[in-house]
Amino acid sequence: MGKINVKLISGRTLDQGSTLENKMSKEFVDAAAICEVNQKNLGTLGVSEGDNVEVKTDFGEAVVCVRVNNGNPDSIAFVPMGPWANAVTGSDSGGVGMPIYKGIDSEVSSTDKSVLGVKELMGAI
Amino acid sequence: MSAENRIITDVVCPFCGSLCDDLEVETDGTKIVKVKKACKLGKSKIMGHERIESPLIREDGKLREATYEEAIERASQILSNSKRPLSYGWASTVCEAIEKGVHLLEEIGGVMDSTASVCHGPTVLAVQGVGAPGCTLGEVKNRADLVIFWGSNPVHAHPRHQARYSYNAKGFFSGGKEDRTLMVFDVRKTKTADKADEYVQIEPGSDYKIFSAMRTILSGNEDVVPSEVGGISKEKLIEIVDRMKKAKFGVIFGGLGLTQSRCRYKNLENVISLVDEINEHAKFTLIPMRGHYNIAGFGQVCAWETGYPFAVDFSRGYVWYNPGETTAVDVLNRKECDSFLVVAADPASNFPKGSVEHMKDIPVIQVDPYHNPTTEFADVVIPAAVAGVEAEGTAYRMDGIPLRVRKLVDVKYPSDEEIFDKMLTKVKELKGA
Amino acid sequence: MDLLIKNGIVYDPINKINGEKMDIFTSNGKIVSNAKDPKVIDADGKLVLPGGVEGHSHIAGGKVNAGRIMRPEDGRKGIEPKGKLTRACSGYSVPNVYATGYRYARMGYTFVMEAAMPPMAARHTHEELIEIPIVDKGAIPLLDNHWMTMECVKSGDMDKLTAYVAWILKATKGYGIKIVNPGGVEAWAWGKNVSGLHDRVPKFDVSPAEIVKALSIANERLNLPHSIHIHCNNIGHPGNSETTLETYGLLSGVENSDRQVMHATHTQFHSYGGSNWGDFCSKADEVAKYVNAHDNLTIDLGVVMFCDTTTMTGDGPHEFNLYKLTRRKWSNHDVELETGSGVVPFVYGAKIPPHAIMWAVGIELPLLIDDPWKMMITTDHPNGCPFTFYPQIFALLMSKKKREAMISEVHPVVNSNTILPSIDRELGWNDIAIMTRAAPARILGIDKHGKGHLGSGADADISIYDISPEEVDPSRDYAKIEDAFSYTAYTIKSGQIVAKDNEIVAVPSGKTFFVDPEIDKSLMDAMLPDLELKFKEYYSINLANYPVQDAYVPNPYKISTKGA
Repeated sequence: MGKINVKLISGRTLDQGSTLENKMSKEFVDAAAICEVNQKNLGTLGVSEGDNVEVKTDFGEAVVCVRVNNGNPDSIAFVPMGPWANAVTGSDSGGVGMPIYKGIDSEVSSTDKSVLGVKELMGAI
Repeated sequence: MSAENRIITDVVCPFCGSLCDDLEVETDGTKIVKVKKACKLGKSKIMGHERIESPLIREDGKLREATYEEAIERASQILSNSKRPLSYGWASTVCEAIEKGVHLLEEIGGVMDSTASVCHGPTVLAVQGVGAPGCTLGEVKNRADLVIFWGSNPVHAHPRHQARYSYNAKGFFSGGKEDRTLMVFDVRKTKTADKADEYVQIEPGSDYKIFSAMRTILSGNEDVVPSEVGGISKEKLIEIVDRMKKAKFGVIFGGLGLTQSRCRYKNLENVISLVDEINEHAKFTLIPMRGHYNIAGFGQVCAWETGYPFAVDFSRGYVWYNPGETTAVDVLNRKECDSFLVVAADPASNFPKGSVEHMKDIPVIQVDPYHNPTTEFADVVIPAAVAGVEAEGTAYRMDGIPLRVRKLVDVKYPSDEEIFDKMLTKVKELKGA
Repeated sequence: MDLLIKNGIVYDPINKINGEKMDIFTSNGKIVSNAKDPKVIDADGKLVLPGGVEGHSHIAGGKVNAGRIMRPEDGRKGIEPKGKLTRACSGYSVPNVYATGYRYARMGYTFVMEAAMPPMAARHTHEELIEIPIVDKGAIPLLDNHWMTMECVKSGDMDKLTAYVAWILKATKGYGIKIVNPGGVEAWAWGKNVSGLHDRVPKFDVSPAEIVKALSIANERLNLPHSIHIHCNNIGHPGNSETTLETYGLLSGVENSDRQVMHATHTQFHSYGGSNWGDFCSKADEVAKYVNAHDNLTIDLGVVMFCDTTTMTGDGPHEFNLYKLTRRKWSNHDVELETGSGVVPFVYGAKIPPHAIMWAVGIELPLLIDDPWKMMITTDHPNGCPFTFYPQIFALLMSKKKREAMISEVHPVVNSNTILPSIDRELGWNDIAIMTRAAPARILGIDKHGKGHLGSGADADISIYDISPEEVDPSRDYAKIEDAFSYTAYTIKSGQIVAKDNEIVAVPSGKTFFVDPEIDKSLMDAMLPDLELKFKEYYSINLANYPVQDAYVPNPYKISTKGA
């Protein structure tokens, strides 16, 4: 069971953006319940593309599907904006209304758990 | 194309802040059958998909169908009976609806916030500190020889931006990308960075100190700059500053990499100050890459109606503006609001889990064309026409240029403007009674 | 409801009524000679004037909103809670739309001209104008730094320029031709400026002088109700009176029997001598001398009063200079192919020598220019100060004692570098009525459309002030002048009482005035290919999405003109 410690970044992707008005669809889960790491980190995690990983922060955890993106340096994992990213994002707004959505200290590890759907995820709140 | 089909040209795209206005949409008289020239984001939005068909009201834990009159009445009752109503969203609808919304919140003494507070709200706060050296996108297209994307990734978030306005666009003084230098600053090598003449990778959360180092170099005090700042060598920083000073017309497109990371609005204050100072040497501007197509419009409407661009609290009768207190995330975090009106947005999906929790405990009213995670918390759901596709009105591009988005097809759903016009009337009745 | 305003002391300069006790009737929104069963307003012992006409003010659009967005600290200075009829208000120098409408109406103003509309963002200006309650309004599009304009000037094609101006007026629902630092704003797109009327604009190779003369020709050929409206080059610079006078001279000998051919705006900011801030001085006397000797020119004042205000103009390079002076916040917004703008907060301090001189210049000008019909009192709101300073300004013009009191409070440089202390002239009630009602209406060309007077058929826009010209000596009782002009006893807009004793009692929507010039179709057809090419190649929006739709002028007042 491999794990990496990274800064988590969330943000827009084409796939996430083109399904954001259709969030109850499978396409949205496929687009947003993912975590991108580089090939090296994939090796460290001991998983293959398409496997699930668990992202843990001080604020929560979420299971997502891992993908390779070699644009990410070793220190970074990327999760598209959406409820999975927000399950591990802190709500403190720093006194200016804005949570830190980018640069969250996280641990990513391989897992046997499955990805929660939107309804299950909301039900868990 | 059949005989009844109609092609509508010069369509304004209601997805992102680029507000491309050259789309061609084919309809068969009742629905849209084809969208040309749009990117994947715009096309998916305009083509649409399965809708919430009818207004819904939650009873015994389940949403049941209702009429518009009933749903608006119920929503109005909830809002007029609330001591501290909160409203949030408003970025994916037109200014005419936003005007009614601001009026509604004033009437009920609530808190009104937009998606800007978790998007470019920190940019607005920085503008309030140091100003906004900007220009329209056509200025970039015609003149810019140095284009910088900093913490923004238009290939994914604003797909046609580079072709229409920035790097690849041809203009009067510029033949296109041969005449421009594209620099990308980011913490990871994005698809936008792949195209850059120069990609500068920075350490997460180090934007503020990098801008400080650049300003220090610009002011002639490079001797105090350490050999490396935020992952960039001092030599490289000196070279970058020199390049910026030599620009004929430079632009920085700032993204959420600046607003949503460590130092938040301070990053923007620092980069805006940098741009101000470069203007003593070279023409330079900064344009925030606004996400939703009319988030800029919300800021404009809210400012002319209330004096402030977002996060306004009407509970005192006059307008109280205090981001950090009156922003939606904070009002939810403090579990302060006793009802929540969500319009054309999805906080259940886009707010941190800890902020969403309070939505379980209060009545939530959702006005939106589509079922989304917020619907899971909603007690009243009012489906609206998709503004910019099924309803017309004004939207502001990321550079403040207002365009009129079209109604392309007739639908059975009322527009946001009509819904809030009715709700405002109803609330006034209830308050008067 | 019909009204009878009974026994007021009426000043109606257009109809040559100079302080007569008389009755005024209104019916269906107009002034009439008699009415049946009118509601009677007892105006005995009160001053009755036509509704105020604000001829040059910045109340709506991108730069005003940029000021609001940039300055929450200004917003907090003017808060008023919502009322039964009224919306919540905020702002001091950049009030929100509601505060703008209510404050003008409470002071007795019923028409306001937004003096700088960037054509490409005209839709924004109109969106705000719609929301400003009560007053009628219009907006003048900026036209001088356009690529189309400069190309026509370069090629000398006045037909094409005339057609282009007509097209822009139609497309923006604009009122006239605004010129702001001609050539300088295009130069600013490269971070540069022009330094006078004969510099060449980079790339376009035309001079400011050529631009001004050409636009004046287009203006007259289109028979527009207003003349060109010009903010001269070198605003705010020591020694700029030379450029100003030279600009006025560009149209020497050009006449129009109905009105001026040039309106020079916020002249205070353009009437300076000296070569630096050290020897900075007033040249109001020289500017006034020119104005006195020529009948084809009108001005407005742009009075500075001491306060924390927000400067905003289409003159981008000037705002950058102000930023360098203040090092406070700076907003800039260049608009492709057309214009620019900037916004900078600014404090005018009584003890700061240049500011004291600027204040003096704004008061000297109207006292040195003999004919009040050549002037509109303006503060270039909010550039000189917010429009709410008008009562103080009227008092300064009507009372030498008031001026002496104020001079004693400001930096003594006004004694050496201006001639204000030596001026004895005191303006009268009729002068104020001319400079705030009759002259602005005539200069803008709306006197023929029912504004600025109380003749039969005019719009029933009336302000009634609780002060008796028969009893009050403005020279001595200047405090009473200030008080009385701060708010009306009644403001009547289109025959409806909208404000009473400083309270808003009705909130009708005003009309938007715009000009629709008719020109020969062949001229328009010959111009369009050039314009289409601009949109195809250089604008970032499509031509089809440019013109402002009728939805943005829900209460239109269209003035059609026929080109010569």
